[in-house]
Amino acid sequence: MPSFTKPKIHLKNEKKNDIGLIRADYDGVMSTLCAGCGHDSVTAAMARAFFELSIGPHKAVKVSGIGCSSKTTSYFMKEAHGNNTVHGRMPSVATGAMAANPHFTYIGVSGDGDSLSIGAGQLVHAMRRNINMLYMLENNGVYGLTKGQFSAAADLGSTAKKGEVNNLAPIDPCALALSVGATFVARSFSGDKEQLVPLIKAGLKHKGFALIDVISPCVSFNDHKGSTKSYEHTYKYYHKAVHADYVPPSAEIRASYDDGKTMPIELHDGGLINLRKLDSGYDPTDRASAFSKVLESQQTDEILTGLLYIDETTQDFATRKKLPGRGLNTYPYEELNPGADKMKDLMREFG
Amino acid sequence: MSGPALNDFVIRVGNVNGTGSASANGLLMKAIFRMGIPCIGKNVFPSNIQGLPTWYEIRVNGDGYMGRSGDIHLMIAMNAETYAKDLACVTPGGYLIYDSTWPRPHMLQRDDITVIGVPLSQMVNETFQVARSRILMKNMAYVGAVAALINMDMHVVKAMVEDMFASKQKLIPSNMQALELGLNYVKENIDHPLPFTLEKMNKTKGKVMIDGNTAAGLGCVYGGATVGAWYPITPSTSLMDSFVKYCHKLRIDEETGEHKFAIIQAEDELAAAGQALGAGWMGARAFTPTSGAGISLMNEFIGFGYYSETPAVFFDVQRVGPSTGMPTRTQQCDIMTTAYCSHGDTKHIVLYPADPKECFEMAVNALDLAERFQTPVFVLSDLDIGMNDWMIDELTWDDSYVPDRGKIVTRQQLDEGFEFFRFLDVDGDGIPYRTLPGTHPTKGAYFNRGSGHNKWGKYTEDSDEYKEVVDRLIVKWQNSRHACPQPVLRKASKFGGKKPSAGIIAIGSSDPAVIEAQERLAAEGIHLDYLRVRAFPFADAVEDFMAEHDTIYVVEQNRDAQLMTLLVNETNVTKNKLVSVKYYAGEPLSYKFVMGEITAQNNQRQTA
Ligand SMILES: Cc1ncc(C[n+]2csc(CCOP(=O)(O)OP(=O)(O)O)c2C)c(N)n1
Ligand code: SF4
Ligand SMILES: [Mg+2]
Repeated sequence: MPSFTKPKIHLKNEKKNDIGLIRADYDGVMSTLCAGCGHDSVTAAMARAFFELSIGPHKAVKVSGIGCSSKTTSYFMKEAHGNNTVHGRMPSVATGAMAANPHFTYIGVSGDGDSLSIGAGQLVHAMRRNINMLYMLENNGVYGLTKGQFSAAADLGSTAKKGEVNNLAPIDPCALALSVGATFVARSFSGDKEQLVPLIKAGLKHKGFALIDVISPCVSFNDHKGSTKSYEHTYKYYHKAVHADYVPPSAEIRASYDDGKTMPIELHDGGLINLRKLDSGYDPTDRASAFSKVLESQQTDEILTGLLYIDETTQDFATRKKLPGRGLNTYPYEELNPGADKMKDLMREFG
Repeated sequence: MSGPALNDFVIRVGNVNGTGSASANGLLMKAIFRMGIPCIGKNVFPSNIQGLPTWYEIRVNGDGYMGRSGDIHLMIAMNAETYAKDLACVTPGGYLIYDSTWPRPHMLQRDDITVIGVPLSQMVNETFQVARSRILMKNMAYVGAVAALINMDMHVVKAMVEDMFASKQKLIPSNMQALELGLNYVKENIDHPLPFTLEKMNKTKGKVMIDGNTAAGLGCVYGGATVGAWYPITPSTSLMDSFVKYCHKLRIDEETGEHKFAIIQAEDELAAAGQALGAGWMGARAFTPTSGAGISLMNEFIGFGYYSETPAVFFDVQRVGPSTGMPTRTQQCDIMTTAYCSHGDTKHIVLYPADPKECFEMAVNALDLAERFQTPVFVLSDLDIGMNDWMIDELTWDDSYVPDRGKIVTRQQLDEGFEFFRFLDVDGDGIPYRTLPGTHPTKGAYFNRGSGHNKWGKYTEDSDEYKEVVDRLIVKWQNSRHACPQPVLRKASKFGGKKPSAGIIAIGSSDPAVIEAQERLAAEGIHLDYLRVRAFPFADAVEDFMAEHDTIYVVEQNRDAQLMTLLVNETNVTKNKLVSVKYYAGEPLSYKFVMGEITAQNNQRQTA
């Protein structure tokens, strides 16, 4: 099957972003996913977020593993370099690329199978290293591409299309992320653009590892009655706890902060993430409090969404590695060569 | 036969691991080197931190033969547990020193060697109070005893002790004292020197003693590598240690403190491979050092690198397999697995360094080849080269070196109308063009993938389109043979042989043993040409060499004749011309073994 480029349609008076691009400039090739697949909505949300942030596509880098979800990196921002790696190993490729040049906006797209089984090890270590990337975990509770086997995110009691009942406890990506030091932990739903797009923008602007666990139903294998990752189930148990808005550095800040329900988080680029909370007692900058909130929600079957935890203070990978102000891949050899004379010196140690 | 004679003998020390003997043994060897006499040191050590037996073998050879001989002329048996074995391995007519503080079991006798008792523990215990220092000083005491027995230049030894403890001056007197204990005991009580001794030479000028991993790490620094990813595994760990050391020394910006390198200790080898490839894709020169077990884990990623045409360098410092095998012993057992690493149709560029100098040079070559051919490149070293000190010519650097970055399209080229398609063979050499992320706002991007793609860089499941790309990949790989290090030919005529009908082929660390066997066999009337292969795909000269000889001994260090298999598989040679000479017991190869095998096979062939 060849890949088709989406035709670009220009509308009159179409809105341009700060760098003069229209929303369609953030498209990729035509999606080959099933009609109605949650992943396509997430793709649209990602394209929109990049567009609204006015990030030039060529200043972005897309990485993914293997799965229906991982394929989607080619369905947006075709002018960005993308790397569709091997199953469960996208974080390592991102880490290496980041080491070579952290001065791009990195976005990783993965699935619950790619991230929580074969790729659990790499995901955990990317979080632990605080790689500066947004990691989209498109969670449908199954392996879509291999036709519907349960993933490690399948809930207890959830049924497969043919009736089999899952009796293993799920791995909750948010709880996992909180326990290994991720500095931005969020959950959302492919069907909730209002929440998802701002969250993606915040995640892209966060300096460090941002995880968004996006419930993204698989219409072909996990959207039936009895599945806890169906559209119907998700709408029913959906609970928006903390809404996050990204406010660019230049924008005037109007929100009032004294009601206990709004909370500004300053970002490294001078912008803000403005948090609006449902519960004034909840502090999303406190890891323990976020952790207990996530565990609580597991007991009540509630799907807790929004920006659940954020920490802007921990150094990211590139900072800790003291990487230079420009990518290592941009250094001319003359600046890397210690020189012939130095070699003579070094050889004394071995004489 | 070699030795024992003046400047021609082998000393072997048997120790217990973790008793600090390494520095004493290093001192012994380095002192001989500084007396201007060519020598080598081989460390045979356990996979253990403390308690298991370890051996160190020094071959002194004024003629400059750099392999093991297979003889042991002076055994220093410091480990009671291995005493029987250590006694048994001494060459008839040789000598053995043991710690006579405790009596030797009576049945452990040999009439054909001379046994020398030195009460090392007793002397040391009477002189030093602290338990740990007694253990360390016992090592220095046997160095003193050996020094007296073989006429070592004590000025050199003392200067070395001063060097060794330059930063811990107060340890110098006690170490000197321990040396004297052994030295004086021998002078006063033992018939000395031995019939084989040292005499100053001038043959180590311009030479250094360095191990292959250190040299390879330096090669990565000089070759312009900026990203190194790894997961610790013996015997490759010290390669990264070297890169770390020299990066910290040479690559930190003095003003800003910024690091012009990134070193990532990965969570496993899968991740290390992914990190190297991620960095290579981004356009940095990247590498990962590992050993066989790590290569097994990296398999999937290496296939991805091959098919997506992503550069990265993989050092495989081989150790004994399979599985965890014997982690601290040497072999050449990953020849096949690197040549065809990964599932699907994959073939790789593999370089075979034979000593630390080539580890240095081939690290640079590999970084060039990886970018030029846009593919993973292996450097197949081994524990013997990687972890032992070899005497080589001083490493030098030519500042006119220009890295071969291969075909990287620039923004300017794109603006000037260069039509970029990632996998298109524009120049007919099988090598496509690539762009680095961020090159151009609208023209340079491509989507890298390990799944089916056509020459335009688009996803495909079309048979012809798929085939077109993999057919180009094999052309690219074949063409790389001209750019790889070429084989080294040592003609029999160099040692008085006419054009012989038989020859030897070997790779890597077998080289010194094969060289010596070739020369000594010539002296016995068996004349052989010798071709050392330095890369896969095989150069045309390999094919020619095999065509020109009727019998080819393929010397290698593994059970299954992997090099021979690869030669049969990848050339036109008729299989029955090849005779396999295999050693795979884990110690560095000796010329005696090679000579013995070839002689036996040669006799058999002649009588058959
Ligand atoms: C090493 C390896 N093992 C197995 C597969 C087969 N495989 C492809 S996708 C996939 C599961 C993907 O599940 P998920 O990440 O949840 O993606 P989804 O399709 O559900 O979006 C599997 C097992 C593979 N590609 N590679
Ligand atoms: S199989 Fe499921 S996950 Fe895959 S494209 Fe179809 S709906 Fe989406
Ligand atoms: Mg899935």
